[in-house]
Amino acid sequence: MAKIVGAITTSHVPAIGKAIARNLREDPYWKPFFDGFAPVHRWLERVRPDVAVILYNDHGLNFFLDKMPTFAVGAASEYRNADEGWGIPTLPPVPGSPKLSWHLIERLVGEEFDITTCQEMLVDHAFTIPMALLWPGKGAWPVRTVPVCINTVQHPLPSAMRCYKLGEAVGRAIESYEEDLRVVVIGTGGLSHQLDGERAGFINKAFDLEFMEKLPSDPLWAARRSIRDLVELTGTQGIELLMWLAARGALGGEAVTVHSNYHIPISNTAAGLMLMERRAA
Amino acid sequence: MPRPASIPGTTLFDGAAAMKGYALNKMCYSFNSAANREAFRQDEDGYCARYGLSPEQREAVRHRNVLELIGAGGNVYYLAKLAGIFGLDVQDLGAQQTGMTKDEFKAKLIAAGR
Repeated sequence: MAKIVGAITTSHVPAIGKAIARNLREDPYWKPFFDGFAPVHRWLERVRPDVAVILYNDHGLNFFLDKMPTFAVGAASEYRNADEGWGIPTLPPVPGSPKLSWHLIERLVGEEFDITTCQEMLVDHAFTIPMALLWPGKGAWPVRTVPVCINTVQHPLPSAMRCYKLGEAVGRAIESYEEDLRVVVIGTGGLSHQLDGERAGFINKAFDLEFMEKLPSDPLWAARRSIRDLVELTGTQGIELLMWLAARGALGGEAVTVHSNYHIPISNTAAGLMLMERRAA
Repeated sequence: MPRPASIPGTTLFDGAAAMKGYALNKMCYSFNSAANREAFRQDEDGYCARYGLSPEQREAVRHRNVLELIGAGGNVYYLAKLAGIFGLDVQDLGAQQTGMTKDEFKAKLIAAGR
């Protein structure tokens, strides 16, 4: 049977893509951010997941306001990145895992999550930057992927509790899959930031740190809050913490932090990184 | 249903905004294509007309003014693609919306980490 080996949550700021392309990992601005990934790289080397289920939010590459799914699951044999309009380099196609995708789709719909299915799907920086951060410079990607996209563009957004429960259902679906696969669940986005309005530049370090501290042991601390309150606390784009809650939900039960990093600022964003595992029984 | 209390300096991009801003956001979404970005550069008036921008939206684009664009129903994810045509990044946008210089805006971000 498939097994979830852990959950990784990370920011996905577009500027990271430019920094990787320009090889700025050792640059003083970037070093505290990139150095945070070394323990995660060692963990990935050791655990060697076969598949990554990636919970992310599209920013207007694949989905537009003409059709805006609340939850969408990719079911393609590969996922392509494309020009997003402001010049971050595109990445090579990422292999999919369509059989696992359809298993997730069956299980999620069976649990009353009425998701949209996508046999063709462009994946944007929220998917590709975490891939590039977690598996840098490998040429061929060492994992297959299943993208799960959550709408954070157009309100009403799904509630934080709904995203957490979606993650729980994703976790149950993965662990009911018959093939022996090691699966890592990845949630991308956040932490606090706001790009738009007179409050642009808003960052809430105190909230972010408490969120990261509570996520393994008490995810409902954040999940029970309203979208409106979470936007007030984390910013209009900080609401991307929904993906962290979903990834945490997939782990289920009790979890522990294996590694974390937090750095302000990357571009306009408080950048966070966590690696969580289930607490050993 | 009562609307949730507003958050100062913050617009939630809801159904009303999505309807109001549809033409503007659709134009900005087209800028995922390099050919469309070039077409806009060559003939801004013609390009805006083709997408049926409202007079308010057309003026906001003309002014390159982010708060006006948001007021006209623009969503920042799509507006970022328009800003890219003008060579503006999200810190330029942040500086413009908060009335700061870019250096002041960057300093504010760094200060948030202390």
